[in-house]
Amino acid sequence: MTTETTPVPSAPASAEPEMLTGSGAIIRTLERLGVTDVFGIPGGAVIPLYDELMTQTKIRHILVRHEQGAGHAAEGYASATGRVGVAIATSGPGATNLVTAIADAYMDSVPLLAITGQVFSTSMGTDAFQEADIIGITMPITKHSFLARRAEEIPAAIASAYHIASTGRPGPVLVDITKDAQQNLAPFIWPPKLDLPGYRPIVKAHGKQVQAAAQLLRNARKPVLYVGGGVIRAHASAELLVLAEATGAPVVTTLMARGAFPDSHPQHLGMPGMHGTVPAVLALQESDLIISLGARFDDRVTGKISEFAPNAKIVHVDVDPAEISKIRLADVPIVGDAKDVIADLTLAWAEATQGAAPDAAVPDTAEWWTYLHGLKAEFPLGFTEPTDGLLAPQYVIQRIGELTGPEAVYAAGVGQHQMWAAQYIKYERPNSWLNSGGAGTMGYSIPAAMGAKVAEPDRVVWSIDGDGCFQMTNQELATCTINKIPIKVAIINNSSLGMVRQWQSLFYDGRHSFTDLNTGHGTAMVPDFVKMADAYGALGIRVTSKDQVDDAIKLALATNDRPVVIDFIVSPGAMVWPMVPQGVSNSFVQYAKDHAPTWGEE
Amino acid sequence: MSSHVLSLLVEDKPGLLTRVAGLFARRGFNIESLAVGHSEIPGLSRITILVDVEDVPLEQVTKQLNKLINVIKIVELDVAQSVQREHLLIKVKVDNTTRSQVLEAVNLFRARVVDVATDAVVIEVTGDSGKTQALLRVLEPFGIRELAQSGLLAIGRGSKSITERVFKN
Repeated sequence: MTTETTPVPSAPASAEPEMLTGSGAIIRTLERLGVTDVFGIPGGAVIPLYDELMTQTKIRHILVRHEQGAGHAAEGYASATGRVGVAIATSGPGATNLVTAIADAYMDSVPLLAITGQVFSTSMGTDAFQEADIIGITMPITKHSFLARRAEEIPAAIASAYHIASTGRPGPVLVDITKDAQQNLAPFIWPPKLDLPGYRPIVKAHGKQVQAAAQLLRNARKPVLYVGGGVIRAHASAELLVLAEATGAPVVTTLMARGAFPDSHPQHLGMPGMHGTVPAVLALQESDLIISLGARFDDRVTGKISEFAPNAKIVHVDVDPAEISKIRLADVPIVGDAKDVIADLTLAWAEATQGAAPDAAVPDTAEWWTYLHGLKAEFPLGFTEPTDGLLAPQYVIQRIGELTGPEAVYAAGVGQHQMWAAQYIKYERPNSWLNSGGAGTMGYSIPAAMGAKVAEPDRVVWSIDGDGCFQMTNQELATCTINKIPIKVAIINNSSLGMVRQWQSLFYDGRHSFTDLNTGHGTAMVPDFVKMADAYGALGIRVTSKDQVDDAIKLALATNDRPVVIDFIVSPGAMVWPMVPQGVSNSFVQYAKDHAPTWGEE
Repeated sequence: MSSHVLSLLVEDKPGLLTRVAGLFARRGFNIESLAVGHSEIPGLSRITILVDVEDVPLEQVTKQLNKLINVIKIVELDVAQSVQREHLLIKVKVDNTTRSQVLEAVNLFRARVVDVATDAVVIEVTGDSGKTQALLRVLEPFGIRELAQSGLLAIGRGSKSITERVFKN
């Protein structure tokens, strides 16, 4: 990713460094790094930090209601902008409440700076009150972590963490700071020396490899650009568009990459994977050359890996060398930042095709496109009206997208509604789609939407949530109301843990074990989401029929003085299609229940 | 079994060993032996890992290790191009009839006796695993009461140094 967010520090005016408490140094360091917003909640081990936060004006602190909310808000903030998100928590349970958000950021490569208080350095290791070894706990789910036991160590620790979080493959970095380090005085020296001899992310790719990739592309008959979230993290959408149009290759965007390439573009086949479009799934599966750009061959994309795209050569571009050939052996491995590599690949492509007759300049993909256009025509995304007379969730989500438009930000929870939001909202720009892809964290949506709205107050921010997800993190609606963060929440209320229910329906003989939440039609409706919205000071609207959908969305769009919660009572019977059942080849993609597409003989 | 010797130059930071060991555990890599100590440069340690890569490609192991911020350099040491040594302390049961046979084995293997009691001796031996395993087989019939073994240590042959190559850039 680019380093545009790293400010150039100005030289100190006087020779004598200013004496600051460790807490003061935390705030000063964040300021110098360009941080303007942080999400957090105080506790015993960060009282010194909060004491100083109170008196400063440069950093906006949003007081959340739960540390997980702070973590996801920082993620939403980061994912909507590409800037580092910052979350603050106290020691012990405060820190452990951040763990889910940190794990989430790790799986989805979100630049997140987590600052936690720690007990006095003299008490560490004694099982002191609210002591937890948060560095040890988060070691498997952070890119790196720092412990500051002395005030002097704070600027370098935070600046290093910020640098690591935001460069190379972004990720979460934790800085744990003891209470005495926050209290003690030390000279504030800026810029601190970043001593990271073992950290050298590779940005510029090997020229020969890029040329080899261009040659493969030149000779391919069934190429596909397999675009992952790395393209968004690297701000490489513009470069991608140029490459795609120069080569004429079809494009698929993964769940993490929705918006990296415009959905309206004729070369776009949609999302691949378990709930991908039939054209996208089969394009990868039957390809002879997959150019993977910032994607990692996740099992939800590949299906049964041993049978994935059996005839494809693989060009794998990633800034993280460890992703290359981790799952699928790459024929041409390219380590580098997607933005640079894609631009280089476009140049190499131009060189490889130079001098050729105009018609021969592009690979002969006519037959491939004929096939793909056929799939697009035969298997468009679509849904059938539920038979129980209740609202179709897909319709609701589609209308939200259509009435709000591509300039908005859409943050989903995890489950059926997430898949429908990935499918039925049309994304035209990067960073407009936020979700928990790798970790699959229910409860991500509300705080992530809040974080995105803080980062981009002029954009409409929708939380597309489920009734299950909503009950995990809705406390942040209080944060939104109090801090005037008017997000819009669409609860796709099917009264159940819908995705699990779908699997139970399909693979467990319809045995719906503990997936009914009793929030929807014909149930006790506990809790009542409209009353809940009211209690939080938000506008609550209930929608039960198709004719109410547009009016409710329009009212939500017109309401900007407080958050809005729309309780869309939808059918529990609706399922996410297409679907590749788990553990089988992508060739077995099902367009709808028991309706597998036909495909060409090989 | 497919084993490889990795020599890691690492920053001597708190939790470093946990980071390395934790990575092996969660990625399902098998450590056969591990030796940690200071390197010739203050602040840097050297970790020698004997890794069993039957199930995971060695490349994936080194790539993941390289992602650890505190790991500066990883080199695979080839058996032919490096000196590889284990260090063992072996407590063997002896009596008046077996003592001389045990001592003879010690001499044959150029090992040393470092502690003597009436009914036992402690033997120290260094060598590659072929030698140390052979000595253990010879001593086995007398009764091995206790065994302590270091991780494998290894260093490249010739005048080149891993650290030198790292800091040239």
